[in-house]
Amino acid sequence: MRGRKAVGTAAGKDAYWHKKAERLSKSYAGGEATYAKWRKQVLDPWKGEPSDRGGRRLVYGSEDAARGSGEMPGVYPFTRGIYPNMYSGRPWTMRMFSGFGTPEDTNRRLRYLLQHGETGLSIAYDEPTLYGIDCDSDRAHGEIGKCGVNVTTLKDMEVIFNGIPLDKVSTSMTINAPAIIVFSMYVSVAAKNGVKPHQLSGTLQADILKEYIAQKEWFYPPEAHLRMIRDIMLYSVKNIPKWNYISVSGYHIREAGATALQELAFTLADGFYYVEQGIKAGLKVDDFAPRISFFFDSGMNMFEEIAKFRAARRIWATVMRERYGAMNPRSLKLRFHSQTSGYTLTWQQPLNNISRTALEALYAVLGGTQSLHTNSYDEALALPTDEAAKVALRTQQVIAEETGVVDVVDPLGGSHYLEELTDHMELQAYEYFDRIEREGGLLEAIKKGYLQREIADSAYARQRRLEENAEVMVGVNKYREEDERPINTLKIGVDAERIQLRRLGQVKRARNMGRVGRSLERLRKAMQSETENLVPHVMEAVQAYATIGEIVKVGRDVYGEWEEPKII
Amino acid sequence: MFMENGKNRKSSDRPIRVLLAKPAIDGHDRGVFVLARAFRDAGMEVIYPGLLPTPEEIVDIAVDEDVDVIAISLLNSSHMAVFRKLMALLRKRKATGIAVVGGGIIPEDDKPELERMGVTGNYGPGTPMSEIIAHIRKRAAQARAAKWKGR
Repeated sequence: MRGRKAVGTAAGKDAYWHKKAERLSKSYAGGEATYAKWRKQVLDPWKGEPSDRGGRRLVYGSEDAARGSGEMPGVYPFTRGIYPNMYSGRPWTMRMFSGFGTPEDTNRRLRYLLQHGETGLSIAYDEPTLYGIDCDSDRAHGEIGKCGVNVTTLKDMEVIFNGIPLDKVSTSMTINAPAIIVFSMYVSVAAKNGVKPHQLSGTLQADILKEYIAQKEWFYPPEAHLRMIRDIMLYSVKNIPKWNYISVSGYHIREAGATALQELAFTLADGFYYVEQGIKAGLKVDDFAPRISFFFDSGMNMFEEIAKFRAARRIWATVMRERYGAMNPRSLKLRFHSQTSGYTLTWQQPLNNISRTALEALYAVLGGTQSLHTNSYDEALALPTDEAAKVALRTQQVIAEETGVVDVVDPLGGSHYLEELTDHMELQAYEYFDRIEREGGLLEAIKKGYLQREIADSAYARQRRLEENAEVMVGVNKYREEDERPINTLKIGVDAERIQLRRLGQVKRARNMGRVGRSLERLRKAMQSETENLVPHVMEAVQAYATIGEIVKVGRDVYGEWEEPKII
Repeated sequence: MFMENGKNRKSSDRPIRVLLAKPAIDGHDRGVFVLARAFRDAGMEVIYPGLLPTPEEIVDIAVDEDVDVIAISLLNSSHMAVFRKLMALLRKRKATGIAVVGGGIIPEDDKPELERMGVTGNYGPGTPMSEIIAHIRKRAAQARAAKWKGR
């Protein structure tokens, strides 16, 4: 799977990460000697509690900020931001993730958002859709429309986007294992409405590696899904130039228990894997890399989060240029969406979550995010109510318009501590890349469960810290209240299931079964050939109104199932 | 934990055996992984059947493995449908001696109904592991006592 030989590394593919880490560790932590001296002369004789908390020094100095001192925004390696003007030009996109119930419910919500000036849509699908299970399957019972909108056939997508000008809006779709199917449906709905592929813009999450690592939504062994991502990539590069065909996601990795460092390292490792796959598919790196986008979590530790975003940009730019020979500045710029963290929210004293989300949103902004979703305070309990979702949106508006943080680019750049932490996380990320390489490369490491176990270890360690009060969650293990009044939460009815079953029945009666069968047979043949692009074949099947489950089944017959490695 | 192999061993000395599962279409397994380790560290035997088991599969495993407790994690609002099915299947298999404990995202309003069905605990995020472990021990002891009485 390894691509071309790295530029500037004579030792070959495997040694790149190791050498990089070694070189960085030599230049790292310039202020250590000054600190040791200060500690001996000033801190130690000081009466009181001298302590270094959480593995950090008590103070950092100018020598610690040396490495980042010459950096500026809009200039390689983009540590300080990918644009020279950042938010002074325009603020980040406030992109709120929504989707629930029936396609009609979601269509109404999307039209409402558009009427109120939104141009970026972001659609959540329900669990049966994410797992490629038809709404009339026994397994889907009780789950239709609960965590997002249900899609079983093209008909549902036609209803979701009814009356929405797909040539004018950008649509983000959080869909992974069935990405090729839902993507084909989206392009097909556009075609029916007279919109050509090259007029479309939007983002498809389609990041299957993080599914094996963290969120655990897949149908087939990794190679089969990776081939489909390759096909979406090839199709998009040729036909939909404004399409972000992948959103490499750290959010789910973090939420599964990873530390900020693990999120950084594992997500970038995934990103590099997709780059190598594109090169292997015969594309020039600068032809496809500009459309790779990222999605990160923003957690509670302020400086660690901001340093993570800065380190991510620096590493991406450096590796894209050094290792993959990218020349186009757009290939080097790491663009990312961010979302405030879900695992830091509590169901105890839920109004406190407004404070948490506001802080996390601020860190994402200080870290230079391109777009942001803020969670609602009631999300540890249920899907958000309208009122809670509005507070979450207003939180972003308060940050954008009242705090002044948008006036200056990378306003914390130059902070001794932040610069040191950026360098430190960068170094530790390379050490992780090296470890992954030693595990046999990323795919092998995932198959062995290496990354999954690292994440499970971190999740357990954090839970232990909480129980030992070594880490505080306000209202959970400190400042607890006994008799809490419950807050109102959103209830989702069972109507969605009934409506979806009825619609699927109508579709099945109306469709031409001969056409469905022929399209699925052609898809099967295409799947058996390694080189054929599957997108046109999936498109033909969805246009014949084959169901998501029928299309997934063809893949299961050809590729088989995937059983995850033992983690616990 | 350090017992002689089978010799003069009372059934009640056997470590508590827990089947820990997520019987919904949902892969968010952080919670079950954390609990699996916590239960093991507390001396219990944990069986984890992997992702997406059906209620039927869970009941089969629970009966075959002679577990004391089935502990279910549900985060995606499917808890009422899933628990109803699970409890009905346990009745059908005459395995109501197995205790059922729930947790995840379960609204307050649903808890009384779940308790009536015999699903206890129903813990939300942020519950200390020690509290859940104590509850599992209690339910396991009750389940064993009921089993002995029934024989």
